Amino acid sequence: MCGIVGLFLKDKSLEPQLGAMLSEMLISLSDRGPDSAGIAIYGAPSSEAKITIQSAKPERDFRGLDAELAKAIGAPVSIAAKSTHAVVRTMPAKIDEAREAVQTLRPDVRIMGAGDVVEIYKEVGLPEAVVDRFGVREMTGTHGIGHTRMATESAVTTMGAHPFSTGADQCLVHNGSLSNHNNVRRELIREGMTFETENDTEVAAAYLSSQMAHGKNLGEALEGTLSDLDGFFTFVVGTKNGFGVVRDPIACKPAVMAETDQYVAFGSEYRALTKLPGIDNAKVWEPEPATVYFWEH
Amino acid sequence: MPAINLSKAAREPGQASRVFDLAEMSLRELNQALHDLAPGSNETAWEVLHPRGSHSVAVGVDQPVAIDVRGSVGYYCGGMNDGGTITVHGSAGPGVGENMMSGQIVVKGDASQYAGATGRGGLLVIQGNASSRCGISMKGIDIVVHGNIGHMSAFMAQSGNLVVLGDAGDALGDSIYEARLFVRGKVESLGADCIAKEMRPEHLELLQGLLDRAGVTGVKAAEFKRYGSARTLYNFNIDNADAY
Repeated sequence: MCGIVGLFLKDKSLEPQLGAMLSEMLISLSDRGPDSAGIAIYGAPSSEAKITIQSAKPERDFRGLDAELAKAIGAPVSIAAKSTHAVVRTMPAKIDEAREAVQTLRPDVRIMGAGDVVEIYKEVGLPEAVVDRFGVREMTGTHGIGHTRMATESAVTTMGAHPFSTGADQCLVHNGSLSNHNNVRRELIREGMTFETENDTEVAAAYLSSQMAHGKNLGEALEGTLSDLDGFFTFVVGTKNGFGVVRDPIACKPAVMAETDQYVAFGSEYRALTKLPGIDNAKVWEPEPATVYFWEH
Repeated sequence: MPAINLSKAAREPGQASRVFDLAEMSLRELNQALHDLAPGSNETAWEVLHPRGSHSVAVGVDQPVAIDVRGSVGYYCGGMNDGGTITVHGSAGPGVGENMMSGQIVVKGDASQYAGATGRGGLLVIQGNASSRCGISMKGIDIVVHGNIGHMSAFMAQSGNLVVLGDAGDALGDSIYEARLFVRGKVESLGADCIAKEMRPEHLELLQGLLDRAGVTGVKAAEFKRYGSARTLYNFNIDNADAY
């Protein structure tokens, strides 16, 4: 099981509703995965870069962190806390330093993801509880992906929830299970990638990050999953300006897509798409097995 | 069996259909009302509004009623249907008509994976495309797809007929038993033990009957190729011992 959704807006007038639309899509798939949920929203570009962090003890960990980070990296830092998560903002040139400083200053804090525009929120619980907790419905953005999880390959924890982010503004949600993730993880570790979990999906995310770091575009990187990853998968992937979908050749994990002049949408089931504007006249189709679909702004 | 105008079937002049709006009523209420129908009931025309991808719409119908579903459905629509005439005015999710016993299901749009899986009887018509594993393990059902079908269709198909006006994906009829497959377009590849077979007069006649029942016009039985079992997997062949 697991339910995944994705929404890539073409019509800028819908951007203020991105969070609300994506939240509804994910909530409609709650019974595909009740144990944890997560969402990644690609917001408007600004002069600052962002790191989304998470803590089991947010009051303790987030208090005063902005001043401590600013001192550590020698640049202005702001923090906006939302429940167990917080978004750290600073100048783009200092983002790697800020990330290291977070880990030094607050060893218990987990990094959800980082980049120029992405924010990632994920927790144990039902989609509705997760989107309410983080105010996802109020979020504005250009595109986003979401996941509701029925765990199979690793523990039910915040870090085991999707989306997984392994590169700047890159993240991935997955329905399925990979069988060669241990081998691929070892190869990627040799290349210098680091992993936070034993989860198979994190390996898929890191594989794509590695391919794109070697100069491949999103489409080429997704194409590589078909030969290099073994197992069941429907992946929905976001990058800073792109959105992609690929299914393994067996394609037993369900997938439906819809496209209008206003958006491209993905859902594990048609139920996820029924409240989208103009869905009755949208082009609706089941993505073909072993076929890469991607869109870029 | 004569051709039936499916959307009007069983609707007498002046008789209103019983309407279930799934935006206001639960799926359980709909299915329970269908299951509560007594044999010979006069409530033979049903209409389901706003299905919005719901699972299990009109599952387990066992009376000869006509059900028009106005929109797209999710998993297992019309599953185990035994005598109902179900028309989906939209697309269907995975497993439409799974294990159908008798009756008819027409999907005006596309069908997702394993349409008609394990079906034992009746007629399933997909007016759009069907996805992978269409007719998997079919056991007597007739399936007519106006468009294309995906990979691994008719896997281990045991009996019944699968008619495809378009193309078939990879591994058609893998490990097939005695079902008959008729494909008008291109077959991407045949599965293990599935071969092209001669189209004899009795097959043309059978196929024409299926096309007529499914309301297909302008297409001749002679335009199709027949595929079926080479029957080489029926018994263990000692020459294959090394393969295990």
